[in-house]
Amino acid sequence: MFEGVPLSWFLVLSTIMFFVGVYGFLVRKNLITMLMSIELILNSVCINFVAFNKILYPDHMEGMFFTIFIIAVAAAEASVAIAIIINIYRRIVNIDVEKMNEMKY
Amino acid sequence: MTSNQIMFLLFSAVIVIFSILTVTSRRILRAATYLLFVLVSTAGLYFLLRYNYLAAIQLIVYAGGIVVLIIFSILLTSHISEKLPTASLLKKWPALLVALVGAALCVTVILQHNFPGSVGNTELVSVTDIGNSLINYGKYGYALPFEVISVLLLAAMIGAIVLAKKRKD
Repeated sequence: MFEGVPLSWFLVLSTIMFFVGVYGFLVRKNLITMLMSIELILNSVCINFVAFNKILYPDHMEGMFFTIFIIAVAAAEASVAIAIIINIYRRIVNIDVEKMNEMKY
Repeated sequence: MTSNQIMFLLFSAVIVIFSILTVTSRRILRAATYLLFVLVSTAGLYFLLRYNYLAAIQLIVYAGGIVVLIIFSILLTSHISEKLPTASLLKKWPALLVALVGAALCVTVILQHNFPGSVGNTELVSVTDIGNSLINYGKYGYALPFEVISVLLLAAMIGAIVLAKKRKD
């Protein structure tokens, strides 16, 4: 309970967000939209960490540091993924996963 | 209903609605904008939980950095008025099934579990404490992950430059 907001509300919210991200990752065919679904998933995990930290262990800071590191890893992942996507676009002028059937040449 | 609950419900409604729009919108630039709304309301949740530093990082890195990067790459790789083709229902329903069953399972488990109701302290975490923990190598110190993450960011930077560089052949 955090000033009237129970922990389960945060957990339900992040569950919904996580599975919306999973759905998007499975349904989308465009590489950039798949990357956006991954960002949604990472963000929902961050909400979980922060809510657990604040409500169950308010005197510690582990959840917050984990969230900071998740955000940094997400930034690194997004930059490398976008570089790869741009490289693929240069090679086969398309970023659709179904058109990407030749990895070697 | 307290004001905190109202703010939480407001933020969570924005998050749920716009995350669904992010994965269903057919215009890719709009999907990126909806993702920006989701990330900004997540920063609002962090402000609600009194993690001001974390909310600032969320706004700067996610909303300011990653979304801008995604929008740039969208503008580089697809035409602005292009609409994504809708996936056929046959391909959609297994994904929908996975998402719905997984969400239902997790929500039932969460609602059945009885969490200890400790009252969270509402003090701000001071930036001094955060900085001291990041350079502390004793107990509750994060010096090693901090160094590892800085090497990771450097590697990602060099990797992105090398990958996206124009080849001379």
